[in-house]
Amino acid sequence: MTPAAVSPVGIRFENIDKRYGGLYALRRVSLEIAAGECVVLAGRNGSGKTTLLRIAARVVRPSSGSITFLDRKNGAITAASQTGFVAHATMVYDELTAEENLLLFARLLGIAEARARAGTLLEEVGLAERRKSLVRTFSRGMRQRMAIARALLNEPSVLLLDEPATGLDPQGVSWLAGTLRQMRDAGRTILMSLHGESEISALATRAIRLEAGSLIADTRTGASLPSILTFAGA
Amino acid sequence: MSLLSNAAVLLGKELRTEFRSRELLTTTVVFILVIIVLFSFTFDPTSVESRRFAASLLWLAFLFAASLMLQPCFLREQNNDTLSALRLSVTDPFSIFVAKLVANTLFLLLTELLMLPVFSILFNVPVFPVIGQLVLVLFLGSLGVSIAGTALSAISAQARMRELLLPLLLLPLLAPVLVASTQVTVGLLDTTPFMEWKGIGFLVIFDAVFLTALWLFGEYLLEE
Repeated sequence: MTPAAVSPVGIRFENIDKRYGGLYALRRVSLEIAAGECVVLAGRNGSGKTTLLRIAARVVRPSSGSITFLDRKNGAITAASQTGFVAHATMVYDELTAEENLLLFARLLGIAEARARAGTLLEEVGLAERRKSLVRTFSRGMRQRMAIARALLNEPSVLLLDEPATGLDPQGVSWLAGTLRQMRDAGRTILMSLHGESEISALATRAIRLEAGSLIADTRTGASLPSILTFAGA
Repeated sequence: MSLLSNAAVLLGKELRTEFRSRELLTTTVVFILVIIVLFSFTFDPTSVESRRFAASLLWLAFLFAASLMLQPCFLREQNNDTLSALRLSVTDPFSIFVAKLVANTLFLLLTELLMLPVFSILFNVPVFPVIGQLVLVLFLGSLGVSIAGTALSAISAQARMRELLLPLLLLPLLAPVLVASTQVTVGLLDTTPFMEWKGIGFLVIFDAVFLTALWLFGEYLLEE
């Protein structure tokens, strides 16, 4: 698949706080991601990576602060229809078939020729032969492929991925790395959380580390990529 | 337009998943059947009083069955975080509610229509001469139950003690619907059937008020 070129979109987080009761999941996070960057979020469990991604996807509203999506040409935009989100959960229905799932979301997104788009994506993620199978019969890796296919349905300008390699076998990881490389090269902005170095982290143009809800290291301000990914010096 | 087209797509999904598994329909039909059969043994089906009690028992059974049916409405969306996927895909979050409440109304109505002949036989109450009016009451009552129940299901799905919370909130809130629906049904099952239009008017107002509230504030119910 050669992704279509897109109008590049950046993301600006300004003083983002997220509290759950008295607990801070994120504390005054300010961050600007330029259009076309491929950024890895690293950090220990509970450091706030998932919360930051869910806020970027607009699934969670921040307690305070703001998030803006910036189109290079048109300035600030509402990016709900321009983001693709792969979460921890697969975000697909177990009781529907692979094809029914993609058709459902394609129709909700108003994608023209939804059936053709669903078919193409099922080919891409290697599930074309199982298109008529219920998702509940899939392995974890196959479900993760479904999750990625769903996120790519609308050819998003911004891709948000929360540990996207979860459940994938080595071939799956290579496939995902290849797909993300093409996305990055086509000008899409990618923000993803990862653990450790991998074929996928090698795509990063920038890495950021979170600790207890705060941003503590950024390759843009001098930290090295391997040290952020491996928590060296943490 | 996108509200209606999104709602139609989602309604298709709700119907497909339910008719594939038949989980809700089977559970509620069995539940109502058990209640109707049990109560049919405790009343003398030939007495006039039986007609009065039968209507309230019927609606009580429908209400309890509805709370069973509504429980998984949003809970199922939490298994794979599909609610987030829906929110990211639809242009108007109200379409999610529209699809769910239409589906819930259809499922409830279908269950009630399946149970009416059984009720008619066991309680010796002729329902077919007034079937048109009865379907109108069942529809308005079920719509009220579904609107309020779908909203509360969205709230309770994100709460702790969610299994307990829905019936706890739902039953008091639906007491007015239960009273109005029962009053109208009592009139229809009378030896000289009559339509209690005041009750019908109340049901229409209840449905309209709760639907408007859901349209105005529903988006906040879907937030984490």
